[in-house]
Amino acid sequence: MTLGVIMLIHTGFDRAEQMARHWNDAGCPVDIHIDSNVSRASHDHFVSALSDLSMVRFCARQRCEWGTWGLVAASQAAATMMLEEFADVSHVFLASGSCLPLRPVQELQAYLQEHPDTDFIESATTSDVLWTVGGLDRERFTLRFPLAWKKHRKLFDWFVTLQQMVGYKRKIPEGLVPHMGSQWWCLTRQTLDAILQDPNRPVYDRFFRHVWIPDESYYQSVVRLHARTVQSRSLTLAKFDYQGKPHIFFDDHLELLQRSDCFVARKIWRDAEVLYKMFPQPVDADRLGAAPNTGTVDRLFSHAVERRTLGRPGLYMQSRFPSADRENGVAAAPYAVLQGFDDVFPDFKSWLTERTGAQVHGHLFAKDRVHFADESRIYRGGLSDHPRLRDYNAKMFLTNLIWNGREDQHCFQFGPADSQEVQWTLAKDTNASIWVISGAWSIPLYRSGRSASEVRAEAARLQRIESKFLKTLRGPHAHARIKIMTLAEFIETPMDVLQTIIDDIAGHKGRALTQTPKMADLTGLADFLQELRNQGMHPFLTGDITQGNLRKAQAKPRRKPYIIAQK
Amino acid sequence: MSRAKGLPGLWGAYRLRWKRRRFLFRVWRKRKQIKAVHDRTSKLSSDAIFVFSTVRNEMLRLPYFLKHYRALGVDHFLIVDNGSDDGTAEFLAAQADVSLWTTKHSYRLARFGVDWLGWLQAKHGHNRWCLTVDADELLIYPDYQSRDLKALTAWLDQQNLTSFGALLLDLYPKGPLGDANYLSGGDPTKTLCWYDADNYRHKYHPYYGNLWIQGGVRDRMFFAAEPDRAPTLNKTPLVRWNRRFAYVSSTHQILPRHLHDVFDFEGESKTSGVLLYTKFLPNIGAKSSEELERKQHFENSIHYTDYYRQMIENPTLWYDGSSSYSSDQKLVEQGLMSKGSWV
Repeated sequence: MTLGVIMLIHTGFDRAEQMARHWNDAGCPVDIHIDSNVSRASHDHFVSALSDLSMVRFCARQRCEWGTWGLVAASQAAATMMLEEFADVSHVFLASGSCLPLRPVQELQAYLQEHPDTDFIESATTSDVLWTVGGLDRERFTLRFPLAWKKHRKLFDWFVTLQQMVGYKRKIPEGLVPHMGSQWWCLTRQTLDAILQDPNRPVYDRFFRHVWIPDESYYQSVVRLHARTVQSRSLTLAKFDYQGKPHIFFDDHLELLQRSDCFVARKIWRDAEVLYKMFPQPVDADRLGAAPNTGTVDRLFSHAVERRTLGRPGLYMQSRFPSADRENGVAAAPYAVLQGFDDVFPDFKSWLTERTGAQVHGHLFAKDRVHFADESRIYRGGLSDHPRLRDYNAKMFLTNLIWNGREDQHCFQFGPADSQEVQWTLAKDTNASIWVISGAWSIPLYRSGRSASEVRAEAARLQRIESKFLKTLRGPHAHARIKIMTLAEFIETPMDVLQTIIDDIAGHKGRALTQTPKMADLTGLADFLQELRNQGMHPFLTGDITQGNLRKAQAKPRRKPYIIAQK
Repeated sequence: MSRAKGLPGLWGAYRLRWKRRRFLFRVWRKRKQIKAVHDRTSKLSSDAIFVFSTVRNEMLRLPYFLKHYRALGVDHFLIVDNGSDDGTAEFLAAQADVSLWTTKHSYRLARFGVDWLGWLQAKHGHNRWCLTVDADELLIYPDYQSRDLKALTAWLDQQNLTSFGALLLDLYPKGPLGDANYLSGGDPTKTLCWYDADNYRHKYHPYYGNLWIQGGVRDRMFFAAEPDRAPTLNKTPLVRWNRRFAYVSSTHQILPRHLHDVFDFEGESKTSGVLLYTKFLPNIGAKSSEELERKQHFENSIHYTDYYRQMIENPTLWYDGSSSYSSDQKLVEQGLMSKGSWV
């Protein structure tokens, strides 16, 4: 048996010549169609360059506009010529100038010999498969497309809309079921002959002349009328991007192509020297009967499409800048915001670090400077501790911090004394869990030793700020996980809350707590708050702090641990 | 796309159009400031890729600059020499793939060379892929070693894209700037092999429609107290040029504004590159002294006096968390540039 190759060429003549020689050297007759748009000079040059090959033929030239009938007419002419001139050809393979055989032609021939009566052509019905790009699937067959899309885009769209508006519908020839698939096929002589000699061929040709992209549907549809066995897949590896444009293979795809075991791949970049040197691979006895395996290639490309359409969440960069309402998460990874905890427990930061192993930052948004977990001046990725740089774009500061250390868990302290620009970002971010002990700002004021009358104004300011933050957190646009409790509520059952936080941050690594960290001395807090009230400043965010609940909170911890899982 | 990013209204669009015309007029008015020394632009094919650049005393960087872009598949360099006295002009005149113009006029008044290059672009770059870079900017993009600019531009054409964005990435040495060793012609990324990986802030510029990026090492070292003065890092250096296009300030901004569609609002990520910035080679101190004298850089030179002073004092930019430059792959992983859908 012999394999005949049809090559459709419109550009890249050097590589096309190389490929024609390659097919020819392997003993395959080659029938070449050159687009009639190609200049006389290039055509003549190319033809004379191949004149030393006895099994190369050139068929009558057609005008091949992308998406039009010309491409089908060209392959018909070439196929007719092939069958007439080379009587021993048993399979015909349709290729282009930028198709590169990955495996030696002998392996392809051996494979075809094993499947003597099989036609390899991707062919799926339009009703079952939704892979078309651009919204035209069934309508490809029921409307008329006399215009080339590439040249007359506006007119093309206008004509489609017009037909849709008046409800125009073409009749599909009887017996024909529209199928679509890759335009690169390999058909048996018998099938191809039957297609070309079909008495109904003029009817089909007339119909497909005005179908949209007929080269993806002509053979795919009529083959179903004649073939004995159709293997609905293409032997040519070709990938398309989300716009339906062909992916091009470069030198860095070498390994991928090697592993694919495909016979032929397209499109190959014309300067991909490494690929043209490495392929086709030498004959390999182990691989001889192996069927093409496009799994890895498919995965890589679908991954690429995903990356293209989803990007990398939490990454803000020059070519990805989602606007705030386009995305649920703002940052790249979950993180915790803790307000008031370090007021209640002076050693909270080190305690939490020890318990969770997370990156526990101090007050990232403090007014004096950024307090990173390691108190360094420059944190990972070159983040400066300068407060003006941070406040200049607080959201970016936060997203950079998290993106940088996305393999770690981050949590940071927050409070009404800090810069508040980041409030909305925190509240909106589904990746944030925000824990607030409201009114905890009263503790440092109390412990400063100053009298209530001295700190009154400061207390009022902090309360105002915190109250505004709480309003944000309780608003309809807050999507973070939020838990707000008053200071009074918290000191009643600190262990439960801390356990939940630890579980949340450390995940399964969190251990059961037996002891809370050491609480600040709050003995006189109730009197201090009362004094504030007497001064006319009501600290309503603290909840009801009394001598009673303070005494209970400051009592020695109970010996027996109790664990409550709130998750 | 422009609409999704909020056109500045019909009136705004109209004003932008006139603004662009003013720039084009300016370019035309200054066309005689540059004199051709060697014009070798005839006989270049229509798919040739051009580099446009204004240089002054760049003998240290130019040999590698040319080497880098030749390897990337650039066919021809169109360079304006602004009164060099270190042999730059002679060196460039001797290169077969360089066309050279010369001028002694003010760099600042020519909008930092944009006016001069604008004329060359209009004359020679129409409907070609034009890369506008300074001598201290080396463009890279994902897989640039196996895919040259011909491959990139063919792909951009296929995607109907007319511009390609890149982030200016400051490279610096370990130790004081002036103490590093670099020999002309060598790979500067071997000397300047450190950078800040992730301290860039992005902001949408509603008028020009570009993404305004600031940050990096200069931001952290010199502009912390005045963040709005920190250098701009977004660039659109590679454009399929049209004689109606005009750069606004350096290659940071360009009109018409649809050329800024190099980023995405929907959360997708587009293909983008990085301009490796080799300003901090050991001659930075000398260059800064010269700048202080000439006052030819930036709109308000006065505000940058401090910056140049600090440069002369031989500072160390490196810190123990700096990222070391190893490959384009690493920059992609860190999110400084992206492969987008160009698999």
